[in-house]
Amino acid sequence: MSGGSAPPPRPAVDGAGRWIDRLFSAHAIALYLFLYVPISLVVLFSFNAGDRTGELRGLSLRWYERALDDPFATGALANSLIVGAWTAVLATTMGTLAALALQRTPKAVRAVFDAITYVAIIIPGIVIGIATLIFFVNLFAWINPQLAAVWAVAGLSGPPKIGTGLHTIVAAHVLFTMAIVTVLVRARLAGMDRSLTEASFDLFATPFRTFVEVTLPQLRPAIIAGALLSFTFSFDDYVIASFVAGPGKPTLPMYIFSSIRRGITPEINAIATMVLTMTAMLLVVVGLIYRRSLRATAAQRAAERLDAEEGAP
Amino acid sequence: MAPTGRRRWRSTIATVLLLLPAGAWYALMLLAPLVILVVFSFGDRAPEGGYLPALTFANYQELPTRSTAFFNALWMATGGTLLCLVVGFPLAYYLATRAGSKRTLLLVLVVVPFWTSFLIRTYAWLTILGNKGIPALLDSLGFGHVVLLNTPFAVMLGIVYNYLPLMVFPLYVSLERLDKRLIEASKDLGAGRWATFRQVTLPLSSAGLLSGVILVFIPIMGEYIIPAMLGGGKVFFIGNALVDLFLQSRNWPFGSAVAIVLILVILVAVTVYLWLGSRGRGTREVSLL
Repeated sequence: MSGGSAPPPRPAVDGAGRWIDRLFSAHAIALYLFLYVPISLVVLFSFNAGDRTGELRGLSLRWYERALDDPFATGALANSLIVGAWTAVLATTMGTLAALALQRTPKAVRAVFDAITYVAIIIPGIVIGIATLIFFVNLFAWINPQLAAVWAVAGLSGPPKIGTGLHTIVAAHVLFTMAIVTVLVRARLAGMDRSLTEASFDLFATPFRTFVEVTLPQLRPAIIAGALLSFTFSFDDYVIASFVAGPGKPTLPMYIFSSIRRGITPEINAIATMVLTMTAMLLVVVGLIYRRSLRATAAQRAAERLDAEEGAP
Repeated sequence: MAPTGRRRWRSTIATVLLLLPAGAWYALMLLAPLVILVVFSFGDRAPEGGYLPALTFANYQELPTRSTAFFNALWMATGGTLLCLVVGFPLAYYLATRAGSKRTLLLVLVVVPFWTSFLIRTYAWLTILGNKGIPALLDSLGFGHVVLLNTPFAVMLGIVYNYLPLMVFPLYVSLERLDKRLIEASKDLGAGRWATFRQVTLPLSSAGLLSGVILVFIPIMGEYIIPAMLGGGKVFFIGNALVDLFLQSRNWPFGSAVAIVLILVILVAVTVYLWLGSRGRGTREVSLL
């Protein structure tokens, strides 16, 4: 998304060229309609006063009230927010740490780790769902008897039985969002100015202080982008969650999917519109953060150039 | 500043500690399960569902019973990818040739739908294609009763709708980087529009084209939501077969065999992608000489 000045489009000199230009424009307009009309209809019908999606009978907010009063819907929303937040925190931390470590590992280790990272990103959600399901089933089959044995030895009654729940969804989501964070942070590290780190060392800063005061600020945009991406992917996921969710603790996409199966009502549209609004606000926040950091970098560059010019003569 | 032995040792430990959480996560939750998946695929189904240790090829011999799901996914992923490419290329080209601020806005408008919920985007078509939507409109216009929902057409539409942005980004990036002077040179040398496109634009954007194709093809192969929602159980993908086998009938060994075939198809796709990528790079260097 470079805002830089692009070479102006080549002027269409002949009639055929103008026609081709118009065709391209018409095609683009058609595609934008194709992308936006369906979503707009979802939003429109969320304000329907009637009972059916598809027949607009006046406008009202009743479906929003209904959705917000529905304990299953709000419970599912709460579950999704919890899962998304934990996923974002864990994936960002572990992904960033791995990216930092990969800077200093031997080439072979890095190649293997990169390959696994790309596998985690490219593999379809359905396979991640199966893989994590298998992991947890084996883990619980092994750990629960152990716990029961320990409890029996200790003479306690009612050993805990660990099962699936929100924590297993978080674990599965972290698997692929962590990989995305690693890729983002590594890209940023590659483009980073090493001389600043060296300067910090030359000024006798400890490695930790150098990290906190020099490296971390430069990585911030990538880390924030990674966290928000992790949250969004987690919040949006249906397939993986449907494999590893615990009984009675659905996420919002799971709730939406099962409501659609039961029958379409404008309540789904109301929930969808609220989700869309939330995502849009998140996007605006990301955009603002990014623009600010871009401007800060530009200002820093300008200051450096000025310093260099003053120091030159 | 020569690092002493002890310092190097400490630095190694730090690196290992930094890498450990992510590494352990991958090992336990991705690599080990993939190994278990292979083992399971040679096992028996336990009477109450799940896995019973055995060494049998029965699950692989049973695979043809799910061939419809495989071929549905395969031809729809291929067709959907090609459609995204044909529809997305002109848009990417249009975007790459706009002036600065207008281009940024148009690009953001392609990005936004990609960020909104996949489920909601697919749901949007449910009403449009359902009986109260386009079919009712066509009926009132005198086209008779047309069924759109729960058909391959609906699934294909959902695929193109959801995956088009993923095709447009990489195409846009490679077209934007393309040196426009080369196109002008080609025209100055008397090449027509089509010849310029075929001999200059297309080869120089092949990297983006390849990324777009792989980015779109692989997730469609593993698609579950679109066929489940817009195909209504009539258009069945591998993903739907896997959900059925793992969550409903709990036939894990057979499900593992199906999953392994899906993984193999994806591996083949990635291998072809890497091979074409390296070959493309080779020829470009040669042509520059």
